[in-house]
Amino acid sequence: MKKFLLPLALFVVLVGFLAVGLNRNPREVPSPLVGKPAPAFRLTQLAEPGKEFSPADMQGKVWVLNVWASWCVSCREEHPLLVEFARAGVAPLIGLDYKDQRGDALRWLKQFGNPYDFSAFDADGRVGIDYGVYGVPETYVIDKAGVIRHKHIGPVTVEALEKTIIPLINELKRS
Amino acid sequence: MKRLFALLLAFAACATLAAKEAAPLAEDPEIEKRLISISEELRCLVCQNESLAGSRADLAMDLRREVRKLLKEGKTDAEVREFMVSRYGDFVLYRPPVKPTTWLLWAGPFVFVIAGVAVLIVYLRRRGREVKDVPLSDDERRRAEALLKEEN
Repeated sequence: MKKFLLPLALFVVLVGFLAVGLNRNPREVPSPLVGKPAPAFRLTQLAEPGKEFSPADMQGKVWVLNVWASWCVSCREEHPLLVEFARAGVAPLIGLDYKDQRGDALRWLKQFGNPYDFSAFDADGRVGIDYGVYGVPETYVIDKAGVIRHKHIGPVTVEALEKTIIPLINELKRS
Repeated sequence: MKRLFALLLAFAACATLAAKEAAPLAEDPEIEKRLISISEELRCLVCQNESLAGSRADLAMDLRREVRKLLKEGKTDAEVREFMVSRYGDFVLYRPPVKPTTWLLWAGPFVFVIAGVAVLIVYLRRRGREVKDVPLSDDERRRAEALLKEEN
């Protein structure tokens, strides 16, 4: 009986490792940018090409940067949630329209509703690279000092909003 | 004659212009070679089992463009890797760096081999002690010899 104890223990440990490892989503790559200042950029706005936007303009505010595109299918999935989030007025929501055409993007917003205060227009995806974007949509929570505090990869879910993103924003606003 | 010459010259200028536009990749074979050798060591974030060199994903093309730009600016290979890691994390490197969080990863296989050899040695020694050498009796020896002769 005793000689089975060790193999059994090893087996249990192995099952434990596999249970955790195989249930992880390999698409969720931990971002090295969390805890670092949001990369600076200066882009024109989507709706008003004459106006520019830079993250420095948001200094002193907790805000959310959502990377989206009209060609991105999962963006449609999260869109109603973003509209609701914007309506609740928890924090400014700024879009980063990633590798898109102005016309397509504006039409898309007209069709599905525009939750964004405004969107910055990243035509060639260069700013996306600085933010480590590899799969649209991605959502960043940025604090008053301009530091990225959270990154959500893929479409936001009700659960992610209610359990992580909104509580984090409220906490950051208080500090 | 002079006019003809000017015309020819103009044509020649056009031809070289066109040639430059057609082949931006072959501009500097040295940089292309370095681009390939670096990007083969980098993971494409979109199709994670492909290298940045081999991927046709949109993002991979953009990243190759960025890497090419950095190389042209005279950045070293290490600086290019740092550029990628600061944005996408260690995950982009197919060869993870050796640091406290990856010590187990790097040393793990060796630890297992050493542990296995140690267990084997302990086991063999213990068995060596447990199996005793019992000399054959005269009777047994005779029987063994008889059996061996029969075989022949």
